[in-house]
Amino acid sequence: MSNLFVKDIVVSYSGLPIIDRLNISIPDHKITTIIGPNGCGKSTLLKTIARILKTDRGAVFLDGKAIQQLSTKKVAKRMAILPQSSEVPPGLTIFELVSYGRFPHQRGLGTLKLEDLKQIDWAIQVTGLSELKDRPVVALSGGQRQRVWIAMALAQDTDILILDEPTTYLDLAHQLDILLLLEKLNKEEERTIIMVLHDLNLASRFSHNMIAMKEGSIVAEGPPSKVMTSSTIQKVFDIDANLTICPFSTNPILHSYQLSGCTQDLLENANEG
Amino acid sequence: MSILEKRTQIATEDIVYRSRPIIASIIIIGGLIGLVAAIGLSVSFGAADIDIGTVWSAIVQYNDELTSHQIIKEIRLPRVLGAALVGACFAVSGSIMQGMTRNPLADSGLLGLNAGSAFMLAICFAFFPGMPYMYIIFFSFLGAALGAGLVFGIGSLSRGGLKPVRLVLAGAAVSALLIALSEGIAIYYRISQDLAFWYAGGVSGTKWENLEIVAPWVVVAFVGAMFFSKSITIISLGEEIAIGLGQRTKKIKFFLAIIVLVLAGIAVSVVGAVGFVGLIIPHITRFLVGHDYRWIIPCSAILGGLLVVLADFAARMANPPLETPIGALIALLGVPFFLYLARKGGEGI
Repeated sequence: MSNLFVKDIVVSYSGLPIIDRLNISIPDHKITTIIGPNGCGKSTLLKTIARILKTDRGAVFLDGKAIQQLSTKKVAKRMAILPQSSEVPPGLTIFELVSYGRFPHQRGLGTLKLEDLKQIDWAIQVTGLSELKDRPVVALSGGQRQRVWIAMALAQDTDILILDEPTTYLDLAHQLDILLLLEKLNKEEERTIIMVLHDLNLASRFSHNMIAMKEGSIVAEGPPSKVMTSSTIQKVFDIDANLTICPFSTNPILHSYQLSGCTQDLLENANEG
Repeated sequence: MSILEKRTQIATEDIVYRSRPIIASIIIIGGLIGLVAAIGLSVSFGAADIDIGTVWSAIVQYNDELTSHQIIKEIRLPRVLGAALVGACFAVSGSIMQGMTRNPLADSGLLGLNAGSAFMLAICFAFFPGMPYMYIIFFSFLGAALGAGLVFGIGSLSRGGLKPVRLVLAGAAVSALLIALSEGIAIYYRISQDLAFWYAGGVSGTKWENLEIVAPWVVVAFVGAMFFSKSITIISLGEEIAIGLGQRTKKIKFFLAIIVLVLAGIAVSVVGAVGFVGLIIPHITRFLVGHDYRWIIPCSAILGGLLVVLADFAARMANPPLETPIGALIALLGVPFFLYLARKGGEGI
């Protein structure tokens, strides 16, 4: 049994059930990516795992204990969360924002000790922000800003990292930048990473484990080779996908895709033209 | 180089902790000096000018037989100290509100707390004349809670949630209603004279016994605000981030709300429904000392005290021997400042 698993959860949002009786286990020291169409409950699942949302029934278990029963500060030493699109208060410098990642390790008024400073400095270095650390965060580009939030999560010094769409609004190079950093953290420091991604090809290329969701339930889970099949993608997204193998990871990726049902017509048109 | 290697390589002497505690310390020390100077100035000038030497001797060797000493001790000193106190209360409550709600337009005046307190004061005067000051403060606190409850209640009804500008609109509507009701009560029960002073805002009636009653509450509220100051910084990053960092957000927000209501309630019970102090001062303070509420809270307390002491001084000097309401003077600064912030769309905090 892994350290982190979800047992029989029901989660609703303003009265409407989003997730109904879902079970999942998150493998330790692996990269797990949740995929699915808009509104399928993937962010809800992620937030529930991160204890931001409460369950109506069932529970998320960390080290064998229900996460809502554990002291939230203790949980914060085990898992760090990067929510989707976070606004930054103007005037905060990179150093200041990253330093807040030390909050769960501090007491009282929270003066930074040497241990804290080391961790902050390390987080700023690995995210490649050392040169910028005294700049205000609002003055940064989207990619840099996302790195700052990741740095803050790293300063928290947890073995589990949870990220909600960390590559959204970034261009291709910056998306890779972020994912390569996460891959490195996973490889060299054995951190467990759980994230939501919209880009199936990047999800397949960078994950050990994928969870495909639709309408609040899990359609498929397992290694990319098992989840990235045309039948699963058809079921989850309602699209016909043409799959191939990614030359950089040997995992399956989409070559091209089309809304289900129009494939035949389109192929004929293409051949005639 | 791998991440792990990098991690062990970081030399401790490379690490320089950068923050803005130096500027903040200058503000605290300089602000306190400024505050003492402003208090001295304010005490010596007035309907009867008294030289600063007499002010000093009135404090160190008080002589009951001198009229000037009596004026200073019984009228001017409590009034000026009252001004400093309410300024600090409004400013700290504004700082906390802006931090915890991430709303740059949060202010006890704009969000209906002051009008709520004033409404409760009207009820006290009309139905329980001669009520002890202790109870008046308590009702003022309840009134602040009533105003805030109505504004946040109405604000959360609207689709799109508690947007800064929406909340201010709800605040304006609720304040208008509560003030109209208070005035209705005032006219019907013929207490307009007593109340007029509370709406306009003024510290001229402040007495030592009032200060003695409110001071311990204010001290407790300030200590509480300092105790939670780090948490305010964390919560100002957003609810989800705060939970992720292990903060018990519901509990913290509850305590902070109580502190805000106590401060606003007390301030209104002393000076009346003076707005904008809690709007202007936190912005200026954040601009100067950065985003760390461990510094914002004490600095805004001092700057808020200074602003209201100076406003009270100006109120007495503008058109002597008549007094201009402090509320009007501060609004002269506050309204343009509010328009400037609202034009920015109420973004960012």
